[in-house]
Amino acid sequence: MKPPPFTYHAPATLAETLEVLAELGEDAKVLAGGQSLIPLLNMRLAAPAHLVDVNGVSELDVVDVGPDEVRVGAIARHARIERDDGAAAACPLLRQALRLVAHAVIRNRGTTCGSLAHADPAGEMTAVLAVLGGTVRLASAAAGRVTRRDLTAGKFFVAPLESSLRPGELLESAGFPRTPASTGTAFAEVARRHGDYALCGIAALVDLDAGGEIASARVGTISVTPTPLVVDLTDVLAGVPPARADLAAAREKVMAHVDPEADLHASAAYRRHLAGVLTERAVRQAAARSAHAPAERGAA
Amino acid sequence: MSAEHLHDLTLTVNGVPHPVSVPARRLLSDALRHDIGLTGTHVGCEHGVCGCCTVLLDGQPVRSCLMFAVSARGHEITTVEGLAGPGGELNAVQRAFQECHGLQCGFCTPGFLMTVTALLAENPSPTEDEVVEGISGNLCRCTGYQNIVASVHRAAALMTDGAGEPRP
Repeated sequence: MKPPPFTYHAPATLAETLEVLAELGEDAKVLAGGQSLIPLLNMRLAAPAHLVDVNGVSELDVVDVGPDEVRVGAIARHARIERDDGAAAACPLLRQALRLVAHAVIRNRGTTCGSLAHADPAGEMTAVLAVLGGTVRLASAAAGRVTRRDLTAGKFFVAPLESSLRPGELLESAGFPRTPASTGTAFAEVARRHGDYALCGIAALVDLDAGGEIASARVGTISVTPTPLVVDLTDVLAGVPPARADLAAAREKVMAHVDPEADLHASAAYRRHLAGVLTERAVRQAAARSAHAPAERGAA
Repeated sequence: MSAEHLHDLTLTVNGVPHPVSVPARRLLSDALRHDIGLTGTHVGCEHGVCGCCTVLLDGQPVRSCLMFAVSARGHEITTVEGLAGPGGELNAVQRAFQECHGLQCGFCTPGFLMTVTALLAENPSPTEDEVVEGISGNLCRCTGYQNIVASVHRAAALMTDGAGEPRP
């Protein structure tokens, strides 16, 4: 349970980081919070020749609440984003989901960008990025010139633990679009113990029109698909107030779209069942949080 | 195999600077225990699950087994050895664990003490739910947690009014 040897690099600036990454190519792994990478090293499931520790790159330690999005830098810790009232107001799903990411002590060190780069299908933030339509910014340097590309979740997540990050690239930041007041969000999950990997998790986004009827709805999944899947539920839910929405149809639609695998924690059938139950729960909660939600219309 | 490159750095632990010479892969937990000799920080699972190795990094609890010593350069580290006062008098959390029998074998205790010290520094009067959630990242295989939860409430009481009964 000790990490294998590696050569350690601790660049002080972004420019230096990209230079080192360009030079080392596929032999290098970026170390941010290390809450997923260091267990992999401790268990010798990974043995990169070089680690590039970006914890000293202060320009990556940002949580920027802008007019269109909340942008978080590569070493912004989960805990910092969770506590940021501006980020929570602009994009409530961030705090709603971050509270479910591992334990508080892990969130003190772990980073949201690192979690996205790790591309674990059980990672809450992968579904948050996907359902919100956010993007990751990948930066690289060649011959002193920095190139950046922004990718959606659909383009970034390729397979479990596999992303479109190329050798030499750094996941520099992630942008989460602002949620309008008419849209409510929620994250519901079931884990064996609080803080464990979820057996299934559903992030929901429900927009209500001025009359309190559902205008659009979609959910994102974790732990039941190889990469976060977004299922648009507008066709089955729109046009009625949340209390009259056909949640059974929403449940059926999500259950038909997920493809869970069985493991020692849960059977595939149980995970699929959870995807349905949690869809209902998250959609109901999200709708109630819209500024257009009808006040106290009884238990929906 | 060539000798591993050693990094010379100073770790500040409980206010005391400790110069160490360690390979990059030295976990902070191992640097504390083996290089500095502070064996109060316990090592259980080494993948972030058990919480025994929890220390404070600039006042925030983190897993010392999920961090390299080289990454701790320039940060203030607090371990369980740093909780008691200069004369060895226990801090409120330590006293509460003693009074409420919040430990049996004691293996998990340093991690609990660090987690709870940080928890109460941020939230001096946590609810039952907040206590349970606050310690949910620390495993104890002896006590069943009842006395640990009672200890946290007791510590909160000790810290706010200096005496008094444990809170409900």
